[in-house]
Amino acid sequence: MTSEVVETSSQALSAANNDDRVRLREGSAVLRISESDATSKSVNEITKTSDPSEETRMILNMGPSHPSTHGVLRLILELEGETVERSKPVIGYLHTGMEKTAETLSYTQGSTNVTRMDYASPLFTELAFSLAVEKLLEIEVPPRATWIRMLMCELNRISSHLLFQATNGMDLGAVSMMIYGWREREEVLRFFEKVTGLRMNHNYIRPGGVAVDLHDGWQADLRNLLEIIPPRLDEYDDLLTGQPLFQKRLQGVGSLNTSEALALSATGPILRSTGYDWDLRKDEPYLAYDQVDFDVIVGTHGDSFDRFAIRLNEVRESLRIVEQILDLMPPGNYRIQDKKITPPPRARIDESMEALIHHFKIFTEGFHVPPGEVYAAVESPRGELGCYLVSDGSSNPYRMHIRGPSFVNLQTLPHLMRGGLIADAVAVISSIDPIMGEVDR
Amino acid sequence: MNVPTVESFGERVLHPAVEELIDLVAELKQEGFNMVVDLTAVDYLSFTTRTDLPENVNPERFEVVISMINHQSRERLRLRVQIQEENPVVPSLFDLYPGTEAMEREVFDMFGINFSDHPDLTRILMPEDWVGHPLRKDFSVGQIPVQFKASKAKR
Repeated sequence: MTSEVVETSSQALSAANNDDRVRLREGSAVLRISESDATSKSVNEITKTSDPSEETRMILNMGPSHPSTHGVLRLILELEGETVERSKPVIGYLHTGMEKTAETLSYTQGSTNVTRMDYASPLFTELAFSLAVEKLLEIEVPPRATWIRMLMCELNRISSHLLFQATNGMDLGAVSMMIYGWREREEVLRFFEKVTGLRMNHNYIRPGGVAVDLHDGWQADLRNLLEIIPPRLDEYDDLLTGQPLFQKRLQGVGSLNTSEALALSATGPILRSTGYDWDLRKDEPYLAYDQVDFDVIVGTHGDSFDRFAIRLNEVRESLRIVEQILDLMPPGNYRIQDKKITPPPRARIDESMEALIHHFKIFTEGFHVPPGEVYAAVESPRGELGCYLVSDGSSNPYRMHIRGPSFVNLQTLPHLMRGGLIADAVAVISSIDPIMGEVDR
Repeated sequence: MNVPTVESFGERVLHPAVEELIDLVAELKQEGFNMVVDLTAVDYLSFTTRTDLPENVNPERFEVVISMINHQSRERLRLRVQIQEENPVVPSLFDLYPGTEAMEREVFDMFGINFSDHPDLTRILMPEDWVGHPLRKDFSVGQIPVQFKASKAKR
């Protein structure tokens, strides 16, 4: 191979000790061509080879509806034989303008909107949104609300990571894992259904607290979960972690180093897999994470296997947190008792004129939020999930922006896939664990 | 670098001019702000009464908001850059923080703010042939007329 492009690519790979690889404008792993060029231009024009006899490359469009692209992710791949050279993720197929929609919804309705972004971990988007609104309102939610939020978020992290185990297994051909992952996730979703009424898109965490208190007997349900899941995790370890075939598929595939991950603004398991200890729950404790004991799991090699192992062990850590919450859950109100922000109980409406007025005001107009701008961030299963909120003093956000971890993490994809086979590309997409609802918003 | 600074909910918010942006970000990077967490924009077209800007900062229609984080000192800060409506151009931060590539493309797509020297300034969420920039305040959300067939005829 004598073409210029290949030379630059090998140079780029040899400089893997720092973040030069991700800084390149020309010859980087990102195939920076427009979507129309990808279909209309010839391969020679794209790869910039003038000699037709050197035309050994091809451009392949993978997706947007491909079973291994986790929804509607389209990849433009530049292939040399079966090896992926450059690539570009094309997104936007699930774009529904949720940030624009948020501007027309009141703060009361807002959490219904944001919960539909990351459909595998909806409670985290609700949490980020609620925390931002509460910061602007300068209110503090009661301790029980904080702890319920923490409990639900950790359970959601478990269900989200179990979903990852399922899809990751499926992408690699370990189809039994898919069934197991979904089976255990269902146990968690069943608990969610009991608490929130819904399996997904809960609209449970709202500005001012949570929607309803935990049901009677929630402790027993949780103890049941804590009994079921740990032995199943050990089964996953037997089935996958130590299995030579599984290791061969993942170890050394899609590596990234710490400075590259930082330069690409990657967060969550991708950043931690490079051995960098950064978890907002530990480093910028929100809710009551400073009162529970857990470890941050980090990897060493920054490859797909580390990302898999981190997620598996984060489930164990989350279970540890849930176990502590069981004992530490404080009594009290599950939402702030401010009639301007949270609606009165249904029974009060029949007795009190004020309650009726407040109820009417909250559900027609919503509550007003003082002008200002604020950014609130939480650690979602995929990384830092932030909500930037601008209020003009009315009852609708003037601007609501969600910093989606999947959206930002997806930038690492071309760098992770370069030099690997197409089959490895599938493993890499899976190990990033993007949720397209959040990528496109 | 001396830029107008305010405090907002415990976070430092800097208000640099567009020309100062690159130098300021490079300086902050030297200081240890090792990640650009978020880059977005706000269209202040219909919110003219805002009072949270420092006195010597001239309000403009667009504002690019950049959130940075220093992992060492666990400090966050935000840059708010006022962008003129007539000439919405911001220098790209790609050379300093390659991770801003997709975020800048999103801002370009949604607000029509151009990033000079960006390696691949194309639409990212909307279709390539889309006209307009959806998150601008003068971009209509549109609606589909609905006829309620079950409703009774006019009396």
